[in-house]
Amino acid sequence: MATGLTILDPTSESNPTTRQLLARPSDISGHTIALLDISKPRGNVFLDRLEELLTERGAKVKRYAKPTFTKPAPVDLRHEIATQCTLVIEALAD
Amino acid sequence: MSTTAPQLPNGFVVVVKHECATCQMVEPVLAALAASGAPLTIYTQDDPAFPASVDHTHDADLSVSWHHNIETVPTLMVIENGTETERTVGWSQSEWQRITGISTLGADLPAMRPGCGSMSVDPDRVDALRAAFTDSPVISRQIEFSSAEDEFEAMYARGWTDGLPVIPPTRERVLRMLTGTTRHPQDVVAIAPPDLVELTVEKIAVNAVMAGCLPEYMPWVIAALEAVCNDQFNMHGVLATTMPVGPVIICNGPGTRAIGMNSGINAFGQGNRANNTIGRAVQLTIRNVGGGRPGEVDRATHGNPGKISFCFAEDEENSPFTSLATERGVPAGKNAVTVFAGEGPRCVVDQLARTPEELTTSLAACLLTVHHPKLIIGFDAILTLSPDHGRVYAEAGWSREKLLAEIAERTLRPGADLVRGAHGMAEGAPLHLRDSMLPKFRPGGLLLTYAGGGAGLFSSIVAGWANGAIGSDPVTRVVGS
Repeated sequence: MATGLTILDPTSESNPTTRQLLARPSDISGHTIALLDISKPRGNVFLDRLEELLTERGAKVKRYAKPTFTKPAPVDLRHEIATQCTLVIEALAD
Repeated sequence: MSTTAPQLPNGFVVVVKHECATCQMVEPVLAALAASGAPLTIYTQDDPAFPASVDHTHDADLSVSWHHNIETVPTLMVIENGTETERTVGWSQSEWQRITGISTLGADLPAMRPGCGSMSVDPDRVDALRAAFTDSPVISRQIEFSSAEDEFEAMYARGWTDGLPVIPPTRERVLRMLTGTTRHPQDVVAIAPPDLVELTVEKIAVNAVMAGCLPEYMPWVIAALEAVCNDQFNMHGVLATTMPVGPVIICNGPGTRAIGMNSGINAFGQGNRANNTIGRAVQLTIRNVGGGRPGEVDRATHGNPGKISFCFAEDEENSPFTSLATERGVPAGKNAVTVFAGEGPRCVVDQLARTPEELTTSLAACLLTVHHPKLIIGFDAILTLSPDHGRVYAEAGWSREKLLAEIAERTLRPGADLVRGAHGMAEGAPLHLRDSMLPKFRPGGLLLTYAGGGAGLFSSIVAGWANGAIGSDPVTRVVGS
């Protein structure tokens, strides 16, 4: 095939790794579940209710919060959640 | 194509082209020089048969001319031990006689004739020659379109545009863009959000070509990207927010005039290449390198048309105030950019105020409406005075500090008017602030600038996004080379 114009790639040329989702747990009892509040108003209302429901079902709940909803969660926070919990629920709110 | 300079032989070396009348005129001189027995090498640029009367070599790929910086033909050089020791351009009887040591050389010719432009500096050829002969470490992946593909459509199809056509970033164009900066193409300028990838000067140049920039805009584009890609400006959040903000770029310094930026009539609008392509290059870089695209990480409810480009210069020469950059600590005479997470501009009309007090009261009343009349402190704003409004302050001798203090006083309001539920509006300040006097803006939250055409008793307000550590702070960066 005849060729046309050659240009330089304007992108980062990065190939994101695709990761398979973990299997959904059949039961949450015994799990430690992180509830991550992104620090939007009223996120706590939603998470408080979730904590009640999860605790009733035998899960242990730990609460975390991002310093601000406008920025990605700090690496340390992500590491803390990953090492202390087996499941995580993130709350967007308003 | 070699990126190393071809070695010139010792002796006399002359570069000519047939198209040049001066080169044709000196053909008998070249013949006489050859007949003298002196070592002579002649390179011809265009016609391999010229000059017919003497031996010559065709510089077909112009590699000799390019690498030896031939700007004019004819050029006469002396090469000794592989090194150039003499050079004259065009025809100068006395110079040619002195350099060759032949006192009668070209005695029948006029004393002086200017030469012609070398083909190696022909504007239509120079970009291709630079690409062929420059050992430039440009390492971006090359993408070859098929001949059946329209390159403009192909770039749309790959998701690389902001909705407007982009200029295809060929290697030639990118290398030309890189001549606008002294920085190495692989220098990492910043970590580009949202994908947090290393942003090199080369990738900025590729996107600056696409945006339509000239090479001399490169230092401004680089500075603006340095200014937005950091935790303080928080470009990630500016993208991700549902609010209609994007980076507003305010340019200061003598360089704004050198690159022809518009700080006058229609300063925020269309029609000026620098204003419109510098901001566009920043946004295209964030899109293509950072990966920030609408509907993906960019979640804006409405957005605003300034997210294609919103970039202007302050009219420092006519401003009655110190410039924004000076106010923010940049030494006078330096070029700088200040980036602000802002929405589109809105107009403040006051055609009747003739005293600074009256005008300030009007400006304050309009500034109080930023985002919502009952929302306070959390949003910054840019206030841009026009020459007609600025004159009121100039005549009264008000400084920047005086004007901002007077606005602050006029935007202070009782909490009872601002709390949630007051005046039938649910939105507002928290109830515990009911008994306080509350400012509209945080200290330093109003950025005063001066720009616009010479007629119009209007000013302009650009409202910001969540300010401070939870959102974005304005960032100022000096423009490098």
